Amino acid sequence: MTELAWISTAISNARPQAMGALLRYFRDLDAAEEAFQDACLRALKNWPKNGPPRDPAAWLIFVGRNSGIDAVRKRAKQAPMPEEDQVSDLEDAESDMAERLDGAHYRDDILRLLFICCHPDLPATQQIAVALRIVSGLTVKQIARAFLVGESAMEQRITRAKARIADAGVPFETPGAVERSERLAAVAAMVYLIFNEGYSSNGGEARARAPLCEEAIRLARLLLRLFQQEPEIMGLTALLLLQHARAPARFDENGEIVLLEDQDRSLWSRKMIDEGLALVDKALRHRKPGPYQVQAAIAALHARAATAEDTDWTEIDLLYGLLEQMQPSPVVTLNRAVAVSKVRGPEAALAMIEPLEERLSGYFHFFGLKGGLLMQLGRNEEARVAFDRAIALANTAAEAAHIRMHIDRLIKESAEKSSLQKTR
Amino acid sequence: MLYAILCYASEDVVCSWSKEQDDEVMAKILDVQDKYAKAGRLGPVARLLPTTAATTLRKVKGEAVVLDGPFAETKEQFLGFYTLECKDLDEAVEFARELSEVNPSGGSYEIRPVSVFNPTKVAV
Repeated sequence: MTELAWISTAISNARPQAMGALLRYFRDLDAAEEAFQDACLRALKNWPKNGPPRDPAAWLIFVGRNSGIDAVRKRAKQAPMPEEDQVSDLEDAESDMAERLDGAHYRDDILRLLFICCHPDLPATQQIAVALRIVSGLTVKQIARAFLVGESAMEQRITRAKARIADAGVPFETPGAVERSERLAAVAAMVYLIFNEGYSSNGGEARARAPLCEEAIRLARLLLRLFQQEPEIMGLTALLLLQHARAPARFDENGEIVLLEDQDRSLWSRKMIDEGLALVDKALRHRKPGPYQVQAAIAALHARAATAEDTDWTEIDLLYGLLEQMQPSPVVTLNRAVAVSKVRGPEAALAMIEPLEERLSGYFHFFGLKGGLLMQLGRNEEARVAFDRAIALANTAAEAAHIRMHIDRLIKESAEKSSLQKTR
Repeated sequence: MLYAILCYASEDVVCSWSKEQDDEVMAKILDVQDKYAKAGRLGPVARLLPTTAATTLRKVKGEAVVLDGPFAETKEQFLGFYTLECKDLDEAVEFARELSEVNPSGGSYEIRPVSVFNPTKVAV
């Protein structure tokens, strides 16, 4: 790795902590960002010469704070600009820098930084975009590419979201225990959204959007480092790792979806699975189940199955039942129906999803599953109707192509049947 | 004398390497190991999952308590170890130096003489 690559890794790793602290000092997002940018520029100049500091975050906070204060003074036209050597000679300052930083604050700093991005007035996509910009430090161009929109559109979206955050005011008081856990839940939900944004893409887009999944995993690990004893954060991190472990097997070379049961399991990332399973184990010991843990436990059962036939569908059915109680939603029931179809057959599964039709009338996966179940039952006419609905609702070309495959099969079957009848 | 060479580095940095970067570093580290393995001097080697996957059992007032996370929160984390047969400390230092040259994560290697060694084989 080149020196520049090392520096940029160090800076991006230090970013959440440094930005969080600078936001606490300046109580203003723009001022914090400016100060951080300035500190980064000085780091690029200083680190190659003097070697990397032992604690990059402390260095960036210290330098960023000084330069931010300078900027405020400059604007106030009070004192002349301080000399460069005041900030460039950091060799001695570095050792007592850790002292100056209030270490106890850093958890709340990072949490606050993430939390202000989850403002309830902001639509989910804006929350994500702003978090990726402010917390992760991705460039607008990178974010625009991941969201498949133009750079200027994304720039506008982020600027608007930031203005909204500024209007809302940043909560600076140190949170109490209840508030902290509420913030943590909101932030966890946002990390999950970032992951989903990257995950629910089709083959052609998967490469462009994979960084979203990786960034979500990085943020989840960061949260877990800050809140080591939270089983739901273990569950969240495990869930993302176990899902992302399957990424190399999810699409074939033409970008078409490969269903879980057809995936080449040797392509799954063993390392991510091991880490995910370890976290599920750790979480379960707390006996404080929650939705992320249950979803991680389901993903773990898939990861543990050596072949699709080895999948423990009975246990998955039970876990979805638990999730339904915790988070009642037609989509959860729909997922449960897949497990039910394996354990008790397509008829039982169909009975389970039929009451959902009204609420899921705009949902691709509902009609995909309904069509599949009807096809298994040999009710081809009805299956065809469901598949047609699914195609109309497909979000990606890969989804549509997948359903088309089923329809083609149905057409072929009915053609064979009718030619059979003719020959009779 | 058998030495343990214990690796410490910032796991934030190491975990954020892309798969390509990680593979590249690991290939270089393997080259260093190979040389010593061929000479019959390299013992068991392990790379550990991140400390977020760690659990610590600690005795508190005579009672074993299971805690989440690593033994201590530190700026650099214990990420893995090597064991190496060396005739003296200089040789062990040389091995650590070669490792550090191919490892861009910064970090440190703690060189500790081994007292009891029981390399029972497990199927991995």
